Amino acid sequence: MILTSLWANPIAWTLLTLGQILLVTVVLLLTVAFMIYGDRKIFAGVQMRKGPNVVGPFGLLQSFADLGKFLVKELIIPAGADKVVFLLAPLISVTLAIASWAAIPFGPGWVVANINVGVLYLFAVSSMGVYGIIMGGWASNSKYPFLGALRSAAQMVSYEVSIGFVIITVILLSNSMSLPRIVELQAGGFWHWNILGGGGLKNLPLALVMIPMGMIFFISGLAETNRPPFDLPEAESELVAGYAVEYGSTPYLLFYLAEMSNILLMSGLMAVLFLGGWQAPWPTHYLDHLAGTPWSWLASLHGLVMLMLKTMFVLFSNAMVRAVVPRYRYDQLMRLGWKVFLPTSLVAVALVAAWRVFGPVAA
Amino acid sequence: MLLQAIAFYLMAAVTLISAVAVVSSKNPVHSVLFLIAAFFSAAGLFVLLGAEFLAMLLVVVYVGAVAVLFLFVVMMLDVDFAALRQGFARYMPLGGLIAGGLAVEMVMVSTTVATRGAAKLNEIPMARGAGAAPDVTNAEAIGRVLYTNYVYFFQAAGMVLLVAMIGAIVLTLRHKPGVRRQVIMDQVLRTPKTGMRMVSPKPGEGIDA
Repeated sequence: MILTSLWANPIAWTLLTLGQILLVTVVLLLTVAFMIYGDRKIFAGVQMRKGPNVVGPFGLLQSFADLGKFLVKELIIPAGADKVVFLLAPLISVTLAIASWAAIPFGPGWVVANINVGVLYLFAVSSMGVYGIIMGGWASNSKYPFLGALRSAAQMVSYEVSIGFVIITVILLSNSMSLPRIVELQAGGFWHWNILGGGGLKNLPLALVMIPMGMIFFISGLAETNRPPFDLPEAESELVAGYAVEYGSTPYLLFYLAEMSNILLMSGLMAVLFLGGWQAPWPTHYLDHLAGTPWSWLASLHGLVMLMLKTMFVLFSNAMVRAVVPRYRYDQLMRLGWKVFLPTSLVAVALVAAWRVFGPVAA
Repeated sequence: MLLQAIAFYLMAAVTLISAVAVVSSKNPVHSVLFLIAAFFSAAGLFVLLGAEFLAMLLVVVYVGAVAVLFLFVVMMLDVDFAALRQGFARYMPLGGLIAGGLAVEMVMVSTTVATRGAAKLNEIPMARGAGAAPDVTNAEAIGRVLYTNYVYFFQAAGMVLLVAMIGAIVLTLRHKPGVRRQVIMDQVLRTPKTGMRMVSPKPGEGIDA
C-alpha cells in the first residue's frame, strides 16, 4: 500500500503524525464541548431544571457561546503574580491533558502512538497534571488559590497511588503494558473484559477482585480530576474557586478545558482498561469477513463506536455522581485514599498475581 | 535519524540549560520548576535510547511524586536564599571537587559502556536499541535482570526503603493527649434515631441538656 511506503519517509512520517495529532485534538475539543453540555444537562435534569436551552437547538451550542465569551474577555494578571509561571500553568495543564490522548486506542490499529509502555505513559502524564494546578495556585500570590493548590497536590498524589496499584492489576491480567494489546486481549464478549477477570470464564472468580478494582479506579479517577464529590481544590463554598480564583479569560478557559478533557480521559481509560475498549460486548466474528477487503475500516469504525458508547456510559455515571453525592470533607478524602483504597488495592495486586501464578490459567 | 538528532539536541539542550538554571535562579520555586524540566527532558533522552520503561518510571517517580513534594515544601517554607548564598566562595572548592569527581566517574562509565556495551556486561538485552531481540520489551528485559542476577540487591534496596519509610513514620508520629479525632465509624453508623431527639418543651421552660 502507498501508506506503508510513506511511513518510511521521515518527512511524510512527520506530516502524517502531525495530521493524526490534529485530527485527535480537534475531535477531542469538539467532544469536550458537547460533553460539558451533556454534563450540565444531566446535572440540571437531576435538579429538575432545564439546563442550557437558549443557544442553538436544545442549547446544543452553549459551549461554543461560552468559548467565545471567554476568548473576548480581558486578560487580567494580578499585580503580585509571577507572570511567567501564572501564564505557564494553564498551558501545562492543557498540553498534558491533550498529550495523554496519544496513547489511547480508538479502534483496531487506530492509535496515534502505539508505545509498548502505553499504560505507564498515561500514568506518567496524568501524574504531571498536578503541576498546572500547583503552579497556578502559587503564581497567583494569593491565599485562596494557594490553599486550593496545596489541597489538590495532596489529593492528586494520594489517589495516584491507588490508581497505580489498580493499573498494576490490569497489567498483571494482560501481561502487557501496551494499551492496544490490553484491549485486544479482551476480545470475545463481555465475559472477557478485565472487570470480570479477563480471559474468559476460567478467570471469572477474579471478578470478585476486579469489580472492586474497577470501582476504586472510577472513584480515584473522580478524585484525580478534582470532580465532585472530591472537588476540594476548588471548593467554591470555602475557597471561592480554589486555585482558579485569580484566573479569568483564556487562561481560565484552558484550565477548564484541561479539567474536562481529563475527565473524558479517565472515562475513556476506564473503558479501555476494564470495559474492553473498542471490543463489542458480544463475539464479533462477523467483522473477520471485512479483513483484507477495502471495507476493513468499517471494523475500526465499529470499534470506535463501541469505545464511545462505553466512554459515554462512564461519563454518565460520572455526571450522576456529581449531581447526587455531597462533597467530601478533607479528612474523609484522605482517609478514603490512604486507609481504604491503598490497602484494598495492595491486597488485590497480591491476589491477582497469585492467581496468575497458581490459578487455572497460569502464566 | 534526522528527527532523532533534532530531538536529541533539543532535549539535551533543555536538560543542560534547566540544570544550570536550577542552581542559578534566584527564586527557589523556579529552581524546583527547572529541576522538573530537567527530569522531564532527561526522560525524553531515555526514550531516544530505547529505554522507554525507565523514561516513564523517571517521570512517574521523580516528576510525579518526588518533585511534587519538593515543590510543596519549598512553596510552604519561606527560605531566604540570599542568606544561603553568602557562603558561596567558601564552599566553592569542596563543591567543585565533588562535581569534578562525579564528572570523572561519568566519563569512565560511559566510555566503558561505549567500548564494551552495557548489554555485554550482563549477557541480557537492556534496551532494544542495543541490538536485543525485538520481541523482548525493555520492561521485560529489566525484570529478567533484576529478578535473577541482582535479586538480592533488589530485595536489599527494597528493605532499605521500607526501613526508611518506617523510620520517617516513627520520627513524626506523636500521640498528643487531648486531641479530638474524627471517628469515622461513629459518623457512618449515626442514624436519625441516635442523632436526633424529639422533645416538646413547655413554654417558659428550657430543655435540660
